[in-house]
Amino acid sequence: KVDTGVPEVPVPADDTPEVLNKALSGLSSRCWKNLKVRGATISIFYRNQLILYVISDLFLWLCARQVLIVQIKCFHEIITIGYSVYHSYHLPWFRTLSWYFLLCVNYFFYGETVTDYFFTLVQREEPLRILSKYHRFISFALYLTGFCMFVLSLVKKHYRLQFYMFGWTHVTLLIVVTQSHLIIHNLFEGMIWFIVPISCVICNDIMAYMFGFFFGRTPLIKLSPKKTWEGFIGGFFATVVFGILLSYVMAGYRYFVCPVEFSNDSNSFTVDCEPSELFQLQDYTLPTVLESITGWTTVKLYPFQIHSIALSAFASIMGPFGGFFASGFKRAFKIKDFANTIPGHGGIMDRFDCQYLMATFVNVYIASFIRGPNPTKVIQQLLALRPDQQLYIYNSLKTHLTERGLLTTLEEAAA
Amino acid sequence: MTELRRRGAGGGDPDSAENISDKEADGEDRLGLPSEGEGEMEGDCKADTPDAPPPTDNTPQCLNKALEGLSSRWKNWWIRGILSLTMIIGFFLIIYLGPLMLIFVVMSIQIKCFQEIIQIGYRVYRSYDLPWFRTLSWYFLICVNYFFYGETVADYFGALVQREEPLQFLVRYHRFISFALYLAGFCMFVLSLVKKHYRLQFYMFAWTHVTLLIVVTQSHLVIQNLFEGMIWFIVPISIVICNDIMAYLFGFFFGRTPLIKLSPKKTWEGFIGGFFSTVFLSFLFAYLLSQYQYFVCPVEYNSETNRFAVECEPSDLFVIQEYTLPVMVQNILRWKTVNLYPFQIHSIALSSFASLIGPFGGFFASGFKRAFKIKDFADTIPGHGGIMDRFDCQYLMATFVHVYIASFIRGPNPSKVLQQLLVLQPEQQLNIFNTLRNHLREKGMLPPAVLEQ
Repeated sequence: KVDTGVPEVPVPADDTPEVLNKALSGLSSRCWKNLKVRGATISIFYRNQLILYVISDLFLWLCARQVLIVQIKCFHEIITIGYSVYHSYHLPWFRTLSWYFLLCVNYFFYGETVTDYFFTLVQREEPLRILSKYHRFISFALYLTGFCMFVLSLVKKHYRLQFYMFGWTHVTLLIVVTQSHLIIHNLFEGMIWFIVPISCVICNDIMAYMFGFFFGRTPLIKLSPKKTWEGFIGGFFATVVFGILLSYVMAGYRYFVCPVEFSNDSNSFTVDCEPSELFQLQDYTLPTVLESITGWTTVKLYPFQIHSIALSAFASIMGPFGGFFASGFKRAFKIKDFANTIPGHGGIMDRFDCQYLMATFVNVYIASFIRGPNPTKVIQQLLALRPDQQLYIYNSLKTHLTERGLLTTLEEAAA
Repeated sequence: MTELRRRGAGGGDPDSAENISDKEADGEDRLGLPSEGEGEMEGDCKADTPDAPPPTDNTPQCLNKALEGLSSRWKNWWIRGILSLTMIIGFFLIIYLGPLMLIFVVMSIQIKCFQEIIQIGYRVYRSYDLPWFRTLSWYFLICVNYFFYGETVADYFGALVQREEPLQFLVRYHRFISFALYLAGFCMFVLSLVKKHYRLQFYMFAWTHVTLLIVVTQSHLVIQNLFEGMIWFIVPISIVICNDIMAYLFGFFFGRTPLIKLSPKKTWEGFIGGFFSTVFLSFLFAYLLSQYQYFVCPVEYNSETNRFAVECEPSDLFVIQEYTLPVMVQNILRWKTVNLYPFQIHSIALSSFASLIGPFGGFFASGFKRAFKIKDFADTIPGHGGIMDRFDCQYLMATFVHVYIASFIRGPNPSKVLQQLLVLQPEQQLNIFNTLRNHLREKGMLPPAVLEQ
């Protein structure tokens, strides 16, 4: 029964580089060898990335570009699975249409981001201004064109297949592309909001794996038989500690902490600002229990570290659900890995399945608890209003500020 | 869509060719379910049709009696005609009852459409025996509605919200609460995955999400349009209905060249005739409606009387202006200028969209029905099918109107901007205040700065 369902997904070829194979030829146990391959690959991957980032000025561009590349790769992997499940290789329209929809949705999201963050640049250049003013309309028109092409491409014997692929494409877009844009929004808040969540998820992955490897006994969920309660709980505590330490290290640097802004004068990104209260050391009085243990009365912490506890708690508790979802998906469609891009790990989606919910959570968290509306954006909207509406707001704001005592009588008189 | 339906055996034959070739597609669905053996593959095509309950004759007794004498074809025609008229009258009645009633009706339609599409999903995937799924689908519907309605309430009922303490809390953390609710549903889904039904469950999950995306988003855009002014709700819907009817009539009387293989009953004559007549009729209809404040003013919530108020100074769009006719038209009509509402120009854009692109929504729904071998979405309305059958052409219209309004008509909403202002930090507020003051001074809206002593 298992075999009849296997679609024509190619057997993952062994992509492990020769050099690694030679180095590990001595190891006896297969599982140790696997572990070493995985460990080596991860460290090489990240070390290369890190070097590249550190020596480059365009760290930000690389992060954003990386996010885009990962997004496209994930989309491609999931769509390929759809093709193999539905044997729809011979519907040539579908590749075109799927990529077209990907382009449309990306255009829409990137357009919104560009309009928000590059406002002054956009206002200067005439074609950009028109594109940004009618952005939603243009995106909708592009999407409609794709929709009409889909309807016109419906072929008599393949209706159901085509509707399935249409649905598959849209759900994939919803999951993959929205996430990647939320990541970029988080990035613009300050690189720490990009680095810390991703690191927490990776750390939880690794820690849960290690705790499970050494202490694992009670299975966690039938979906993923290799996960254990010991790994889950151990991973949780380890990740929280890791999150606190990492945030402490990063919160000291302006480069990570400041929102990314586009400077009109230098026409480039700047990360320079007065760090907000979140990233300034404050004294916290320890509860008496801890006082007696550690002998300290107060401790200096960044408020951000408190937030990092929330982030790592989410990563440890909810992140695995993203992983279970992906495991269920793989079992449902009887595939071992999403693809075999990375040796020992499978496809890009395999690495990013736990990240799935994290980006959305961070974005919602920031919107709810951290930042208010963006002042630049508010000014934009203000200047777009009609003069009588502007006057109305001006008067309301004046009353409000006077009530708060922020406007001195002198300024009032001048106004 | 508006095809004459012959009750009885007529519909089976054209589909038989599809039945055989679609076996493969059906077969794919069964791969994950070892409990269904090969025997199912043969009986599949036949099994599909009996699953759909034979359309019961919902026609009320009184109509049946009145139409006893007529032959079956004319009887159908009359039933459809009477029901159409009833629906249109009902539509106008509801408009008369006011915005609150309209919102309520939109909500009910949304829930019914959602239910119809989910029912189809259950039938297609035979997933009646996964009890979690009904709960989860309805739960996700409630979550998404909560999210959208919360955003609307926060926008339009700002004053009311400021007064009540629990409402303030809910509004401030609205996104977080909605996300938490959604997450709970997501986790329930993951925990509900049962060993032999993974694929089915993923399919239903995706089916639910796509349905939510289509149906619920549309209905909320409709309500947002409504708040702009009831004319933005009434005119688009009327245009689509008008196009439906006109295309049908032109096709009935003059139809000859088929339009698209998907819907064999549609013709080019119907399409083009429908286009021109819709543009013309909506032009007149827009003229008629633009005169009344009841339709033209944005719907606002009056915090004192605790009711919806539709009273305002009509915007430029709804004030008659003179337009100089192009020379050609001048020669024909011998008028130099003509008095029009600017809104009528916009109505031409709306009706063109409804006539040219709207039918694609109908073809999409026809393709969907053929793909899943169903005649109608449901049989709620006698002679017409389900609610979705009536609303399939409306599908893209609401989104288009919303995008159109956002791009070409209104700017940002002043009360929303004010809300955002009041949430900012005091220094940021001061900053913005100064910027705004300078801007207004430049424009001459404020007296120039008095020199400080």
